[in-house]
Amino acid sequence: MKEIIRQLEERRNVARLGGGQKRIDAQHARGKLTARERIELLLDEGSFEEFDMFVEHDCHDFGMEKQKIPGDGVVTGWGTVNGRPVYIFVKDFTVFGGSLSKAHAKKMTKIQDMALRNGAPIIGLFDAGGARIQEGVDALGGYGEVFTRNVLASGVIPQISVIMGPCAGGDVYSPAMTDFIFMVRDTSYMFVTGPDVVKTVTNETVTSEQLGGASVHTVKSSVADGAWDNDVITLGQIRRLIDFLPSSNRDDVPERPYYDDAKRIEMSLDTLIPANPNMPYDMKELILKVVDEGDFFEIQESFAKNIVTGFARIEGRTVGVVANQPMVLAGVLDSDASRKAARFVRFCDCFSIPIVTFVDVPGFLPGTAQEYGGLIKHGAKLLFAYTEATVPKITVITRKAYGGAYDVMSSKHIRGDLNYAWPTAEIAVMGAKGAVEIIHRQDLGDPEKIAAHTKTYEDRFLNPFVAAERGYIDEVIMPHSTRVRVARALALLRNKEVEAPWKKHDNIPL
Amino acid sequence: MFKKILIANRGEIACRVIKTARKMGIKTVAVYSDADKDALHVEMADEAVHIGAPAAAQSYLIIEKIIDACKQTGAEAVHPGYGFLSENSKFAVALKEAGIAFIGPNVKAVEVMGDKIESKKFANAAKVSTVPGYLGVIVDAIEAVKIANEIGYPVMIKASAGGGGKGMRIAWSEKEVAEGFAASMSEAKSSFGDDRVFIEKFVTQPRHIEIQVLGDKHGNVIYVNERECSIQRRNQKVIEEAPSPFLDEKTRRAMGEQAVALAKAVDYESAGTVEFIVDKDRNFYFLEMNTRLQVEHPVTELITGIDLVEQMIRVAAGEKLSITQADVKINGWAMESRIYAEDPYRNFLPSTGRLVRYQPPAEGAENGLTIRNDTGVYEGGEISIYYDPMIAKLCTHGPDRASAIDYMSIALDEFRIDGIQHNIPFLGAIMEHPRFRSGNITTGFIAEEYPEGFHGVELGDERRRKLAAIAVYMNELHAARAVQISGQLSGRPRKLPEDWVVSLDTWHQRAKADFVEDGLEITLSGLDDSDAQTFVVDSEWTPGQSVFVGTVNGEEIAVQIDRAKQGYRLRYRGATVAAVVRTQLGHRLNLLMPEKVAADTSKYLLCPMPGLVKSIAVEVGQEVKAGEPLAIVEAMKMENILRAEKDCTIASIEAKPGDSLAVDAVIMEFDFETK
Repeated sequence: MKEIIRQLEERRNVARLGGGQKRIDAQHARGKLTARERIELLLDEGSFEEFDMFVEHDCHDFGMEKQKIPGDGVVTGWGTVNGRPVYIFVKDFTVFGGSLSKAHAKKMTKIQDMALRNGAPIIGLFDAGGARIQEGVDALGGYGEVFTRNVLASGVIPQISVIMGPCAGGDVYSPAMTDFIFMVRDTSYMFVTGPDVVKTVTNETVTSEQLGGASVHTVKSSVADGAWDNDVITLGQIRRLIDFLPSSNRDDVPERPYYDDAKRIEMSLDTLIPANPNMPYDMKELILKVVDEGDFFEIQESFAKNIVTGFARIEGRTVGVVANQPMVLAGVLDSDASRKAARFVRFCDCFSIPIVTFVDVPGFLPGTAQEYGGLIKHGAKLLFAYTEATVPKITVITRKAYGGAYDVMSSKHIRGDLNYAWPTAEIAVMGAKGAVEIIHRQDLGDPEKIAAHTKTYEDRFLNPFVAAERGYIDEVIMPHSTRVRVARALALLRNKEVEAPWKKHDNIPL
Repeated sequence: MFKKILIANRGEIACRVIKTARKMGIKTVAVYSDADKDALHVEMADEAVHIGAPAAAQSYLIIEKIIDACKQTGAEAVHPGYGFLSENSKFAVALKEAGIAFIGPNVKAVEVMGDKIESKKFANAAKVSTVPGYLGVIVDAIEAVKIANEIGYPVMIKASAGGGGKGMRIAWSEKEVAEGFAASMSEAKSSFGDDRVFIEKFVTQPRHIEIQVLGDKHGNVIYVNERECSIQRRNQKVIEEAPSPFLDEKTRRAMGEQAVALAKAVDYESAGTVEFIVDKDRNFYFLEMNTRLQVEHPVTELITGIDLVEQMIRVAAGEKLSITQADVKINGWAMESRIYAEDPYRNFLPSTGRLVRYQPPAEGAENGLTIRNDTGVYEGGEISIYYDPMIAKLCTHGPDRASAIDYMSIALDEFRIDGIQHNIPFLGAIMEHPRFRSGNITTGFIAEEYPEGFHGVELGDERRRKLAAIAVYMNELHAARAVQISGQLSGRPRKLPEDWVVSLDTWHQRAKADFVEDGLEITLSGLDDSDAQTFVVDSEWTPGQSVFVGTVNGEEIAVQIDRAKQGYRLRYRGATVAAVVRTQLGHRLNLLMPEKVAADTSKYLLCPMPGLVKSIAVEVGQEVKAGEPLAIVEAMKMENILRAEKDCTIASIEAKPGDSLAVDAVIMEFDFETK
């Protein structure tokens, strides 16, 4: 008996060594941790239970039958993050470059099935070379099986992908269908076709970083939702994110003790809005002063900065925050901002995360670039996402809420639950200058008359009261009491229930 | 006594005067410009009168507007504060003509002391010692040497028309005078077209020490001790104290008596300050007299218990001084730190904007130690471009100099300001400086001790361990909270590790923590378990608070806290460190992480300050010569032209007109390779 136990331990040790010490050292030399080291940092100490440790591929072509390493390039299993279970698959670059074989894919789908069935998040750490070419169509089939499960799990359990090395070809589409993609700066990249193929086909010369590094995907393409400087920081931040997310769509948002006062007054918010309506201010100050302990996990921080999205807590419970950012492009809605916020709103709605929206929007961005780029459809995404969302929706208009953008930003008309406005709010079809030039076209030549008309318009419309008189705003609130009001509203809406008409699914303007 | 007074000033000094007036039962009137509509002094006053546009020349400096405001509100007297109209004799005259009392000296005193030559004449006549020198025109080197011998060495040879150091020479001997005289003359001639030079004594290792005087309309003048203001940066006072660590009783009395004599010579009848320069042998020389309340007056108030503003108001109303010279005592020691909106790490560049956080330490007295904070701002207020960038004057008072300094250090550590840059780290560093603490200071202190500017402070091992213990404490609270999240596997809560590694930048310690009765007991040791040391940390601190206040082994400590992507950023006594607490394994793996080398920014044009891009002067691919303009960035309403430092080609342009950029944002990329 003892001998048998000893043999098991030996086999385990061999498996844990993956591709061997030399490859482990090479991995370290590249500034990357190994699959097992990453698991240690991602999960609670000693909580990892590994499955399929001894799985090997069954390929007999190109001499592969002579090269077998237990685990076959991916480590799978489950563990806990602060005591809450999560499922993980972690590509092992030291074993066949982490490439995907039939056996490798099977390990992944097994974990995907379990996560979906048992209702816990699944986290994939990517650092791999793509399909194992020796396996041919078996590898492609394996990808398809993984993709299918990504889609089935979408909206049921949170799926998070972390790119921690190369991720190319077939490997990119599984992350692409998950809820979030995060990257590690300088050591990860993802693209459909690599620099060599690009060179052959289009004659462009690019580096991997220029083609698909974190600097590309978090800033330009918006494929990734965030990036950090190294493996250690990244895995720490993924733990932080998990603490915000419910385990599945059957669960409520997680709750934890908080060291903040739901009745906290912030007098300084009474001076947040500058006297000059064209001066920007930092909407993040409002967010940080409203949420618990000033703790805010931003999603897509570097992309479409004219809108801010992210997770925070109020009274210890997760909320999703969406806010126009007057510091960037005056907080205007353009195609990128609309897409970014729409996807975030839909994620929150999938997982019962209430949405708090702070509005200061001068409208949609005009121009050929935007119109040619399909602003109508992209803007509609945000409108659609907000309207269909049935989670509690609380809206605070701080300053401008002009035109169609007013409707879009979680207004009363699209099922906003509680819609507040600061006394500085200006809810109108447009700003004074534009409106006067249309309404009083005949007086355009007379600056005095125009000035008088402008004043009349400003006095009449550039305030929250026209909307409040009509019930479009539930109440005009003091800026300093924003946290108090939002917290109270969230408490009120905790049991919100909405019946939707039966449908297979909606048809959001993708 | 007056029923209502107007304060012709703004900011902290207006608030300061209002406080005393209120205490005396006098109603107050504030005046304000457009920029100060929501200012604290406006809020504090009983009434407020708008007097014009933000620029001082269009509001606070317009005499008629102040007088109109008095008439409009029925104010019987005006307190001018400092700066603005406080030493403007025309203002004093205009008030007199309008029948409004000036809470300050008589017109003659203002006029005389406002004139450099006139004041020196009065000083000489009153037998006040002035810097020895010869003000007449010197004909040749022989005469120069003769005069220098009379004055005593070293001497300074100065161009009469001079300025900016041109035509200025310091001479330590006859030979140097002879040579220097000729050189100065020719330099003066070429620089100013005026070859007149004069000679005066060069005061080595000078200290700036000033005497506070107080007079009434009945011929009484007393001196209220001295203040030492030697800690200056480019002639701007930074730290002041009272008394001076340098004066003995004899010198103090001599200086005080001369100051009183000078004040009497001009029938001085208010609070005023006689500034002296004092050399290393305690010889003192009159510099000038400030006929107003000084910025640094609180340190005098703290050691004497005299409310100078109250005295000014009383004597202006005609009351006799109720204090005699014999009543003036020195009780303990007071320090003042001027907290400025400036970036100490970027050569003290002014910083303006919104005070996102403004949380000064609590004022009041406790265990014989006092904190006083004079300010005119509030959280959410604005530091505007129009006025003095001073945010607050933080004062501490204790039984002796060391305790006042120590208390100041803690008060500075507790002072939280976010949104703009400020000099608190620099002030904290000076409080810790051994030379400052020794009292061996001169007006050259900052220039000598920080010749390359300020770059933060290195912590010693003892302090590192204290901060490390605090980081472990905070981490323990965060971790303990994290494992209370809902939705955990039932009956299998996460067990927290007990063995940590705490890192302060690249300095690592092993840490074990255990909750005990009076706090958290933390044992720190080297990674090889050497030098174990135990700390007990106790605090009311909770996650989210930006200042940690508590005790380490019973000793009070305050540290500024910011959450970072991992761990915390700690600021303490002028030092800034990144503190991270990891498990043993986490630490080992973190050591494998490559060091991120800061990107080479020389090939980028970076935005030097937060601002708005007004225009871009170049195009991609354009070849640019050094000195050619590249872009214009508007910051603080000033257009800053950014120029090429080297010949280059524009590789890419990352910003466009209308963009709001943060500091160090990339505007464009250069290519230096020659084609």
